[in-house]
Amino acid sequence: MMNAFYSKWLGGKRGAIELAVLAAFIFIVMPLWLDIFRLNMVGKYLTYAFAAVGLVMVWGYGGILSLGQGIFFGIGGYCMAMFLKLEASDLASTARQTTPGIPDFMDWNQVTSLPLIWEPFHSLTFTLIAILVLPSVVAYVIGVAMFKRRVGGVYFSIITQAIAAILTILVVGQQGMTGGINGITDLKTLHGWNINTNSAKYILYYLNGALLIGAIVLCKFVLSSKLGRLLLAMRDKEDRVRFSGYDVANFKIFTFSLGAVISAIGGAMFTLQVGFMSPSIIGIVPSIEMVIFAAIGGRMSLVGAVYGTLLVNYGKTAFSESFPSLWLFLMGALFIGVVMVFPNGLAGLYDTYLKGRLEKVMAKLRERGPLRKLSPVKAGVQK
Amino acid sequence: MSNELVLAVEDLTVSFDGFKAVDKLNLYVEKNELRVIIGPNGAGKTTVLDLICGRTKATSGSIKFKDIELTKYPEYKIVQVGVGRKFQTPSIYENLSVLENLEISFPRGRGVFGSLVFARTQDVVDRIMEIAEMIFLSDQLEVQAGLLSHGQKQWLEIGMLLIQDPELLMLDEPVAGMSVSEREKTAELLNRISQGRSVIVIEHDMEFVKRIAHKVTVLHQGKLLAEGNMDAVQSNPKVIEVYLGH
Repeated sequence: MMNAFYSKWLGGKRGAIELAVLAAFIFIVMPLWLDIFRLNMVGKYLTYAFAAVGLVMVWGYGGILSLGQGIFFGIGGYCMAMFLKLEASDLASTARQTTPGIPDFMDWNQVTSLPLIWEPFHSLTFTLIAILVLPSVVAYVIGVAMFKRRVGGVYFSIITQAIAAILTILVVGQQGMTGGINGITDLKTLHGWNINTNSAKYILYYLNGALLIGAIVLCKFVLSSKLGRLLLAMRDKEDRVRFSGYDVANFKIFTFSLGAVISAIGGAMFTLQVGFMSPSIIGIVPSIEMVIFAAIGGRMSLVGAVYGTLLVNYGKTAFSESFPSLWLFLMGALFIGVVMVFPNGLAGLYDTYLKGRLEKVMAKLRERGPLRKLSPVKAGVQK
Repeated sequence: MSNELVLAVEDLTVSFDGFKAVDKLNLYVEKNELRVIIGPNGAGKTTVLDLICGRTKATSGSIKFKDIELTKYPEYKIVQVGVGRKFQTPSIYENLSVLENLEISFPRGRGVFGSLVFARTQDVVDRIMEIAEMIFLSDQLEVQAGLLSHGQKQWLEIGMLLIQDPELLMLDEPVAGMSVSEREKTAELLNRISQGRSVIVIEHDMEFVKRIAHKVTVLHQGKLLAEGNMDAVQSNPKVIEVYLGH
């Protein structure tokens, strides 16, 4: 049982070490090193890492390049923002509005009653369920429409990008309903708990990290199952999989939906940590940036995607503080670099240059130090 | 007919922009039969297999597999009712091991959630061993499939079909690119696996056809030209004219 958990959920010895290093980095190194302002920023970047992890599954393993992960990030983020906004718009704090008790931007837009789709977001339970269910339903519908008709490759990418554009335009256009281009701002409490205090920011940061690692573990489980091998097989010879009795489209729909849900969790955590949600975070540009995060981290590496996201965002912050106009060129150059020079991203660089040396060092340490025998996990029959 | 009919193709026609690749074809295959389809290039041999396994949709006509009408079925369902198909170029998962190739083809856990909980239990391992033995790859189970020789890849793909235990097995040029000794072994393998099921083979190599065929169907320009045992077909003047003559 423990062995099955070890090999299936963590990915064996190497996977477990990778996860432990990542966890130490997120939970120990970052909080000790950075003040709360910077840590909160890292927390924000880590919410993008959810989208990048989802893309490793969808693009890296599923072979489907989605340029619309912002859609799902946005669904999660907006669901959370709607709940928080309703809580911030109680009668007392909105007493000066023409219609008290509705979000301020609605009042500014001459909306006089709460729109029907906002009503259920009074409930936290509903909101949490919606964050998980809504993106999977949307991804399912897109998936059925595309994959059952065997739409794939660049056509799929273009369509997802178009959907991201449509969604942004819709959100911006329906100002009274969505807050328009400004988004949903001025969020204060989650079920009475003030999310803007430093202690809340710490707690949210840790919650975010734990959810991210949970998402990676879940993905590792999926990849270690037969479904994971089928995804590889489909990328190799899709027809052979189909003519071995599998409905190929269903596996793509599942993977796409899984990526969508993971993105949405990131979106919800974004709203909680940053304190607002706006269309600028869900459109075409952020969706493409998410692809770049995954590409730079290594599109076949779940933990790599996290480092890729952090590195690119760190570069973005550091660079745009000093040379704001140069950042886009640098990001473009990075992307070209990934495509031309290191197609497997940071994870690939690690495998080629660092891994061998690291193993040598480890072997030396083991020779000198007390010999610890690690029992190898048997990859044979599972009961 | 003494034996039960497994496949009945009737009036099957498919046209691509007016060009009839298969034209009013009738084909009946019995249980335990090994049928070979021959014909010059462009005769429609591969298209017939594509039609039966659902890769190409028929324009008209019917394909009945044990009274199931296949023309309306999607590909994966056709496989699930018991029709297996090997492609012309070996179609295996190069990045996976021989064992994993066979495991993926094992007919269990074919749904999304079934595949998530699929476990390599003893019966799966036993079955994989049994098939690996049959296709002469017992000692190559851990080898990455992309590293096998061309002939071994062909065997592996046959094995991937056998593990599903199909009632109708369709093989498109199974000995293409094989050495003489590999051909011998394959002929032996085909004779063995046609016991208890029906096999359709497309082949160009006449020596090989002679060794395995129970009955030969000759196609020409999408139509049935002749049918019968090898000797009768070879002495048929029409066949000699279009195919064997030059």
